[in-house]
Amino acid sequence: MKTTADKWGFRPEQSGTIDLENGNYELWWRLVGKVPGIQACMFCGSCASTCTAQAEGMNFRKVQLMLRRGMNQSLRQLTAHCMLCGKCTLVCPRDVDTRSAIYNLKLLLHESL
Amino acid sequence: MVKHGKKRFRGTVPLTVLTDGDRIKDVAVVGAGVTGMSAALTLAESGYSADVFEKEEDPGGHVGAWHSLFPGGESARDLMAGFRQELVSRGIRIRTGTEVTAVDRSNGYYTLQTTGGEPEKFRSVLVSTGYRLFDASRKEEYGFGVYPYVITSAELEKRLEQGDRALLVGGMEPGKVAFVHCVGSRDSKAGNLYCSRVCCITGVKQAIAVKELYPDCEVLNFYMDLRMYGVGYEELYQKAQEHHGIQFIRGRVSEAAPTRSGAIQVKAEDTLLGVPLKTEVDWLVLLVGMEPADGTARITGSLDIDRDSSGFLRGKQSMVKPWAAESRGIFIAGACCGPATVPESVTQGRAAAVSVVQYLSGKA
Amino acid sequence: MEQTNRTGTWRTYQENIADDHYYYVRSCIRQTFFPGSEAALLNILRNELGKDVMDDPRHTSCSGIGYHSDIVPLPTIMTVVARQFALMTETGYRNFLVSCVTSFGIYNEILHLWEHHPETLEKTRDFLWKATKREFTIPENVVHTSDIVHKFRKEIFSRSKYSLVHQSDKMPLRIAEHVGCHYAKIFPDKGVGGAEFPRVLTDMIECWGGEVVDYPERRHCCGFGFRQYIIRENRGYPLANTRKKMESLAPYQPDMIVANCPGCSMFMDKWQYTIGEMEGRTFGPEGRGIPVLTYEELAGLVLGYDPWDLGLQMHQVDAEPLLMKMGYDYSPSRKYLSAEGKYLGKPMVPDYCCL
Repeated sequence: MKTTADKWGFRPEQSGTIDLENGNYELWWRLVGKVPGIQACMFCGSCASTCTAQAEGMNFRKVQLMLRRGMNQSLRQLTAHCMLCGKCTLVCPRDVDTRSAIYNLKLLLHESL
Repeated sequence: MVKHGKKRFRGTVPLTVLTDGDRIKDVAVVGAGVTGMSAALTLAESGYSADVFEKEEDPGGHVGAWHSLFPGGESARDLMAGFRQELVSRGIRIRTGTEVTAVDRSNGYYTLQTTGGEPEKFRSVLVSTGYRLFDASRKEEYGFGVYPYVITSAELEKRLEQGDRALLVGGMEPGKVAFVHCVGSRDSKAGNLYCSRVCCITGVKQAIAVKELYPDCEVLNFYMDLRMYGVGYEELYQKAQEHHGIQFIRGRVSEAAPTRSGAIQVKAEDTLLGVPLKTEVDWLVLLVGMEPADGTARITGSLDIDRDSSGFLRGKQSMVKPWAAESRGIFIAGACCGPATVPESVTQGRAAAVSVVQYLSGKA
Repeated sequence: MEQTNRTGTWRTYQENIADDHYYYVRSCIRQTFFPGSEAALLNILRNELGKDVMDDPRHTSCSGIGYHSDIVPLPTIMTVVARQFALMTETGYRNFLVSCVTSFGIYNEILHLWEHHPETLEKTRDFLWKATKREFTIPENVVHTSDIVHKFRKEIFSRSKYSLVHQSDKMPLRIAEHVGCHYAKIFPDKGVGGAEFPRVLTDMIECWGGEVVDYPERRHCCGFGFRQYIIRENRGYPLANTRKKMESLAPYQPDMIVANCPGCSMFMDKWQYTIGEMEGRTFGPEGRGIPVLTYEELAGLVLGYDPWDLGLQMHQVDAEPLLMKMGYDYSPSRKYLSAEGKYLGKPMVPDYCCL
């Protein structure tokens, strides 16, 4: 059977734009319900820069920013390497309980399996 | 009131009172916004009666049209009422509807041309002409003046006076409101390189005001940097996020476009994720910056007052006496010297007034 | 630091558009895909408006396609442009009238380069002399043909046979417009209305009785642009751009789309077929497409020209529904006949298209 790509030699690309109207924010709001303080994050990056699992690709700043934008893909992968050491919580200037947030996020992601 | 001069006088002010029509009065205050009114009050407290000129029909300047002030949400109306009361109790009359069109210096005094009649002479002049807001239609991409749901922060302030009718769309509460920071500021293409300082806190304040009126409404603030320098500002920003759930998105809005429903489609770059972003909002509020008021350049054109490249006035000793434009009786204060908050403007107005008193009494 | 305040700088350009004695340079794409357009324009300018237009057979493509695909290097295109100007100079004209929007961008770009880097201008004079023994002067005025049609829209309307309204109830036709990037965006001070709200097409539509439809992706590029399009495997990206535009204006159900760039018209016309084949979806009513016209074809319809002389039979999306709405007087059966009346054969719907 000929697919579009075979027949034409190309297919229309998908847009990479974040469309806030079409995001899925359920995970974000559930997380806010568990750790309300997370709304105070100002994306300074203190958590990401101290992270023990930095080299493994863990970046809490990015993870929770993605949640806010309704981008829920690859979250399990990204948070897999967190070992809950708590260094991020030690440095957060806005007193976000980042460790609790990550822990709860992992639970929520596990639930949705 | 004319003081007979002795060697302490530095100027060459004539010593005798001339004919009535040629009387040289003590001090003219040009502009009766919060700065001018504060200056007039301080002058009155020191026994000097100023001629306060205000081109609009009402005093109070921009703050008169405001709803609430940052960071504490104080009522602008109460502030104005307070000023008016004090002015009345001190017997200060503001000459409203009278615009000063030119100021010239000769023979040691200043001649003011006004729309009120004959030119008038003064020993000293305090310029507090304030600011005008950036004309948002110059940022063509935001569609101000084209799409009715694109408004400025000033218009939102007026609407907030209406309480929960402020932002209704077809009788319904809005679902999403977005604020755009730095409109007409920090922007070479808009012709203003400087930061207008007070718009960021205004954006946070107004975002909270919208959330308080419509708790279910989503509020987004698109910013480049958040300038929360003042006392209580950073705390207000945190409150806006944590308590009100306002989303701050770092990235500039590139365009506003219409949609079928009448909502505005907004496109921006989410710089923290490095991905383009778009959304639809019911209202787009443009946080417009301050520019020197139209009259400022005209009035000060023939005088020896320094101006920076943006047209704001600058004192000769800008570090230690920012209000002294030159040492011979011209004083400057308030937003005509640069974007300023209400407390800053009031302080400048009062400090300049003290200098006027010193000058007039020969102590300067 | 230099202030680059550019608000409203397009107003000067608009005032300075020349009103006669044009040296016309044609468009590769427009001639190929919209064959009646240029003929219609010349007819309108010469016979309806009485203008003097020089259509010089010696001129060439501006080579913009090659330049924008990194095939033609900069010195070459500067020399080609110089030759075009030389031909204009030799024929005694000073106003340069450009048919294609990309071309318009090229001429402005080269002129801008020569102004800011005079050494390139000197080099170009040298190249042209060595290659052709020709010399040139810079035109007094470089304008796009849509600027001229815009300038004379009222005169055109005064000779109109049709307005852009539904014949049945006289309601205005709802028309979406699209202005080429090389016109509005690259040199916003050289386009009528500037970059954000270009007026060149909206004024035409409104003058001729239509209603302009503003849609969210109005400013978005159609995706043409040459480099990404030339190689077949890369066409997914250009196609996605047009699809985005079509998805954005479909809910408005416009009666037609009008564009001033031949590439944009081509894309929005042809890709509707491609998207139809690929995704099984159309954007117009009743499963049809939305007709895409060039502004010359639109002017021609307003003046009552034979649609088959205008070349509408060459369009991918049939224009007949539009003609019916306008109550147009034409001969449907002559669609596939040549000028002499010989049957040329009906196009088949191909299995797939290759270029």
